[in-house]
Amino acid sequence: MLVFCLLVVVIFSFTFDPGSTYSKEAAPGILWVAFTFSGMLGLNRTFSQEVDTGSIHGVLLAPLDRGVIYLGKMIGSFIFMFLVEFITLPVIIIFFDLNLEGHYLQLFVIIFLATIGFVAVGTLFSAMTVHTKTRELMLPILLFPVMIPVILSAVNATASILNLEEWSKILGWIRILSAFDIVFITLSYLTFDFVVEE
Amino acid sequence: MKRASVLRKMQLILGVLLFVGMLFSLYNVFIMVPTEQKMGIVQRIFYFHVPSAMMSFMAFFTVAGFSIAFLVKRNAWHDRVAVACAEIGVLFTTIALITGSIWARPIWNTWWSWDARLTTFLILWFIYIAYLMLRDYVGEDQRGARFAAVFAIIGTVDIPIVYFSIRWWRTLHPKPVLAGGEGSGLHPDMAFALYFSMAVFFILYLFLVATRLRVENSKMELEEIKRLHVLSTK
Repeated sequence: MLVFCLLVVVIFSFTFDPGSTYSKEAAPGILWVAFTFSGMLGLNRTFSQEVDTGSIHGVLLAPLDRGVIYLGKMIGSFIFMFLVEFITLPVIIIFFDLNLEGHYLQLFVIIFLATIGFVAVGTLFSAMTVHTKTRELMLPILLFPVMIPVILSAVNATASILNLEEWSKILGWIRILSAFDIVFITLSYLTFDFVVEE
Repeated sequence: MKRASVLRKMQLILGVLLFVGMLFSLYNVFIMVPTEQKMGIVQRIFYFHVPSAMMSFMAFFTVAGFSIAFLVKRNAWHDRVAVACAEIGVLFTTIALITGSIWARPIWNTWWSWDARLTTFLILWFIYIAYLMLRDYVGEDQRGARFAAVFAIIGTVDIPIVYFSIRWWRTLHPKPVLAGGEGSGLHPDMAFALYFSMAVFFILYLFLVATRLRVENSKMELEEIKRLHVLSTK
């Protein structure tokens, strides 16, 4: 996942002349393409091991609300994806010669909220796609259309941050991301039961 | 079976209504309605574009409604209605997107613009294509139905959020004003043609649903016969 993420960044860097002005404009897009693609790779594997070995039945037998299993899986995916992002971000900053000038907190908030939204729906969908014939293909087809608000908000907010704009400029995006997170964590928590029942 | 005969009657009645209504609607659109002053002849596509867009929303609300009903009551028939409506919804969304593009080319001077409504519609299309693909790829009917129902609920909740996020995006990056053709000051003949066309499209929608449900019903009957046959030969 990490190596893939770094490779995406490197390959995209080749498409621009070093130092050209375009590269800075494209940086937010490339950042999120790298994050979402590698996140997708990670999400594909959320349930595959359990289902292949059959240990998913053991997990489901646990005397717990099934929503708790969902939350656990989601937090696990979140930590993985966040670590990858944490390592990739400095690489992107170096390769694209970005200047954050103390806007670290804004960027952190955006990445945090967007990653939560991504894994919230992604974990639910990966529990479905693990039962399809073409696992790796099906997850992006399901997930990307639903992820549009997250990707759109994250890319645009990141662009504002890289232009060193104020908090107020990204507040709208933060609102959309938070709304998305709350709505879909709740909804996935409630519907997870229907997905894993046998 | 009772359901089969009800569906057959529905299909017949709706078919007759549809035939008469469509002829009348075509007369309205091409002969009765005055040509729009600024946009000219191309504006007439409006009478097909708006109703099909409305019907696609109608179809998708039906899908969401029946998906929830299926998850609660576990009636296989609810699931069949949801699939039928999803397929028809994709059809109407495609028509709306294509007719919209044809209209936009001379009026906005571009085939496509990342306007909130257009983009939301495109995403809607993608979500329901994914819905149909998910069903195909799961294989097992029972499981596919459950997954698809959950996905339909997520997709339906997602659509308003998509709309708001894109609108917010557009307000940040204003583009040339794209004045729509609809809105204030519709000529009474035009309004009549539009409403009539909507009614005809609604009948078309019901007709397609009835037809599609007859197919689903036959499928279910066939499965039942197969099952009984296997039981009796054992």
